[in-house]
Amino acid sequence: MAAHPHDIDARAETFTHRHLLGIEGLTAPEINLLLDTADRYVEQNRGENRVTNKLAGKTIVNLFFENSTRTRTSFELAARRLGADAINMSVDGSSVKKGETLIDTALTLNAMHLDALVVRHQESGAPKLLASKVNCAVINAGDGQHEHPTQALLDALTIRRRLGTLKGLTVAICGDILHSRVARSNIHLLNIMGAHVRVVAPPTLLPGAIDRLGVEVHHSMATGLKDADIVMMLRLQLERMQGQFLPSQREYFRFFGLDYDKLAVAKPGALIMHPGPMNRGVEIDTLVADDIHRSVILQQVELGVAVRMACLDLLTTAPKAA
Amino acid sequence: MTRPVLYRNARLIDPASGLDQVGDLLTVGEAIAAMGQGIAAQGVPDGAEIVDAADLVLAPGLVDLRAQVGEPGMEHNETLMTASRSAAAGGITALAALPNTDPVIDDEAGLEFIARRAREVKLVKIFAYGTVTRETAGKEISEIGLLAEAGAVGFTDGGPIADPALLRRALAYAGGFGQTIFQHPSEPRLAGGVMNAGDLATRLGLAGIPGMAEVIMLERDLRLVEMTGGRYHAANISTAESVAVIRRAKARGLKITCDTAPPYFALTETDVGDYRTFFKLSPPLRGEMDRRAIIDGLADGTIDAIASDHQPHDQDSKRVPFAQAAFGAVGLETLLPLTLELVHKGALPLARALAALTSIPADILGLKGLGRMAVGGKADLVLFDADRPWQVEAEKLASKSKNTCFDRRPVQGMVLRTIVDGRTVFSRT
Repeated sequence: MAAHPHDIDARAETFTHRHLLGIEGLTAPEINLLLDTADRYVEQNRGENRVTNKLAGKTIVNLFFENSTRTRTSFELAARRLGADAINMSVDGSSVKKGETLIDTALTLNAMHLDALVVRHQESGAPKLLASKVNCAVINAGDGQHEHPTQALLDALTIRRRLGTLKGLTVAICGDILHSRVARSNIHLLNIMGAHVRVVAPPTLLPGAIDRLGVEVHHSMATGLKDADIVMMLRLQLERMQGQFLPSQREYFRFFGLDYDKLAVAKPGALIMHPGPMNRGVEIDTLVADDIHRSVILQQVELGVAVRMACLDLLTTAPKAA
Repeated sequence: MTRPVLYRNARLIDPASGLDQVGDLLTVGEAIAAMGQGIAAQGVPDGAEIVDAADLVLAPGLVDLRAQVGEPGMEHNETLMTASRSAAAGGITALAALPNTDPVIDDEAGLEFIARRAREVKLVKIFAYGTVTRETAGKEISEIGLLAEAGAVGFTDGGPIADPALLRRALAYAGGFGQTIFQHPSEPRLAGGVMNAGDLATRLGLAGIPGMAEVIMLERDLRLVEMTGGRYHAANISTAESVAVIRRAKARGLKITCDTAPPYFALTETDVGDYRTFFKLSPPLRGEMDRRAIIDGLADGTIDAIASDHQPHDQDSKRVPFAQAAFGAVGLETLLPLTLELVHKGALPLARALAALTSIPADILGLKGLGRMAVGGKADLVLFDADRPWQVEAEKLASKSKNTCFDRRPVQGMVLRTIVDGRTVFSRT
C-alpha cells in the first residue's frame, strides 16, 4: 500500500504520542503511518541525497545503558540523515558510573533542552521512568525484557515490503521468548495488524501465561513452523545454556535450531528473520541464515534506519497534545 | 527359531482388556498367535511344545518400574546378567533400570551401554531412565530431549530433586518433550535419619526420618506440577498422609501417577527389630497405619503401580552398625508373591494386582504394547501358580546380592515359567 505523500503528511498531524515506549498501546492506523513514513525514507536512503534537513536544529541523544552496536548506529544514522545533531552517551565514561541515579541523569539531560532521548536500559520500565521526568520525546531502544518497539516496526516493514501485508499471515517466533523484548513487541504488533502469531520454544524459555498475549504455543518446530509464512528466530544468549533453562547448546540446536529440515514444513518460500546478532549453529544454521532467497536478515538492518527516521520524525515534529 | 508353545487350559488374565477366562494360548516365534477357548482344535503347529497349564495363571509378564541393575560401576552388587536372571525368576519380562549408576546415565552413551549389555544378556527386556540432572548433582538439567530420542523411558535422579526452581524447570522442559519426571519425594533437610521417626527410633537411639519429609515434598511437587503442567510420577509412596495427598490431587484432576514397593505394604518399622540392617530402606519402613493406608491406596487406585525397587547391596554394606548400613533391599524375585499376599488376604482382586504389575507400569513408562496379552502382540508372559506356597530363601535368590527383607517368609504364589518374545527365559519344574 503506497500511500500518497500528502496523505502521509496529513496523517502525521494525527500522531499525538509524545513518546514511543512500546508497541502496546499503538493502533493499527498509527503503526501503518509509521510504516508508510518509513517506506518513504527507504527510498531516500537508497538515493543519491541521503541527508535532508527535515530535523535540522534538533538535538537527539542516544543514551545506552547496555552495549549495542547495531541499534545505536542505526539511530545515530537515522538522526543524521534527517539533519539532526546526534550525540551518543554510553554508560562507560558517564556520570552513571559515578553513581548518579537514573532520574538525576534524566533531569541533567533535560536541562540541556533535547528534542529526543533514545534509551536502551537493562531494566524493564526504565524508559517509562525517564519519560515522566523529561520534556522531550523518549524512544525506547530496548528495555529489559519488556519492549523493543523499533525492532518490531522494522520487522513489520520488512514483511510488508516482501508480502504486501501483515494481515492473515502466520508468523512463528522461535527461541528464547522468556528473555526477549523483541518477541514481546512483535507479538503486540503482529496481533494489532491481524497476523496469526505462534511462539515456538521449550517450556523453560516461555514466560508465564504467554498464551494470554494472543499467541499459539508450540514446543516443537514441526508443529510450530507448519505452514508458517514467516519464521522469526530470536537470539539465544549463551549464558542460558548452563543447565537451568536448557541442558546444552547441541540439544538446543537439535530441537530448536533452524535448519532446512525443520524449515521444510513451513510454506514454500517462507521468510526467515532474525533481529541479530546471530549465534550461527545455535539458533540458526549458517546455510539458512545466508540463503539469499529466504533470509531477509540484512534487509531488516537496512530498513531499521528508515523506521528509526520515521519514529524521530513523527515524535519530534508532529504537534503534541498538551 | 523359537519352538511354538501351546499353553492349555490356563486361566488367562489380561488386566488391560479385562480378560479373565480359562483357555489356551499359542505362541509362535516372538508373538502370541492365538488365544482363547478351543485353540487346540484349530490345529497345533508341528513340533509345538504342549504345556498343561490347568489351575495355573497365564498373564502378561511383569513390567518393573524401577530396579538398580548394578551396571555400570556397581558390578560387585549386581550385573545385568544376575539382575536379568533374578527378574526372569520373578516373572518380570521388562524392567526400567535406574540411572544413578557410576558413571550416571546422563548421556546417549550410557543408554547405549545398557542397550548393548541387554542385547548380550538377552533374557528380559531392559529399558533405562536418564537422569534429570547432570551427574545427578541436582544443579543442571540433563539433555532430556536427546536422551528421550536415544530411548530413555523416563527421567529420575534415583533420589529426591530437592531444589524447587530446578524441579519446576525440569517438569516444564521434560513436559515439552512429553517426558515424565520420576521423583523420590523426600525432603533431604528433614530426612537426615536412618529409620522411621517415632518411639521405636527413640528406643533404639536412631535418628528418625519423619513421614512428613515425604509428605512435604510431595505437596510441594504437586503444586509445581499444577504450575508447569508437567508429567510427574512419585516413586515409593510410604505414608498414609502421602496416600491422602495424592488421592486429593487426583480428585481435583491432576494427572499424576505413583507407585509403592512390597516392603511398604508387607512390613512395618517394627520389623527393624534389633537393628536389622536388611530392613533399612529408603523411604524407611513406616507404622502399621501407614501400611494399611498403602493397601487401601492400591485398592482404590490412588497408588497406580507396584515396583520392585530392587536395590542390591553386598554383605559388607549391610553387616555394619545400623546407621552406617546402606539403604535398600533386593526385590525382583519377591515382587509377585508379595503382591499376591494382598490378593490372598482379600485386599485386592487378582486382576487389579496384576494390572499394578503389568499394563499400568507399562503405560507409565510409555512402553507401547507391553504389559499386555493380545493376539499378534509380543509373547511376554508369566505362567504362575497363584496358590502354591513356598518360603523365600535369601541364599537361593538369583540376584548377586542377597539383601532381601523377606528371608524365611512363607509366601503363596510361585512363578513357573517366564517367556520373553516367545523364548522361555526361566522355568521351574
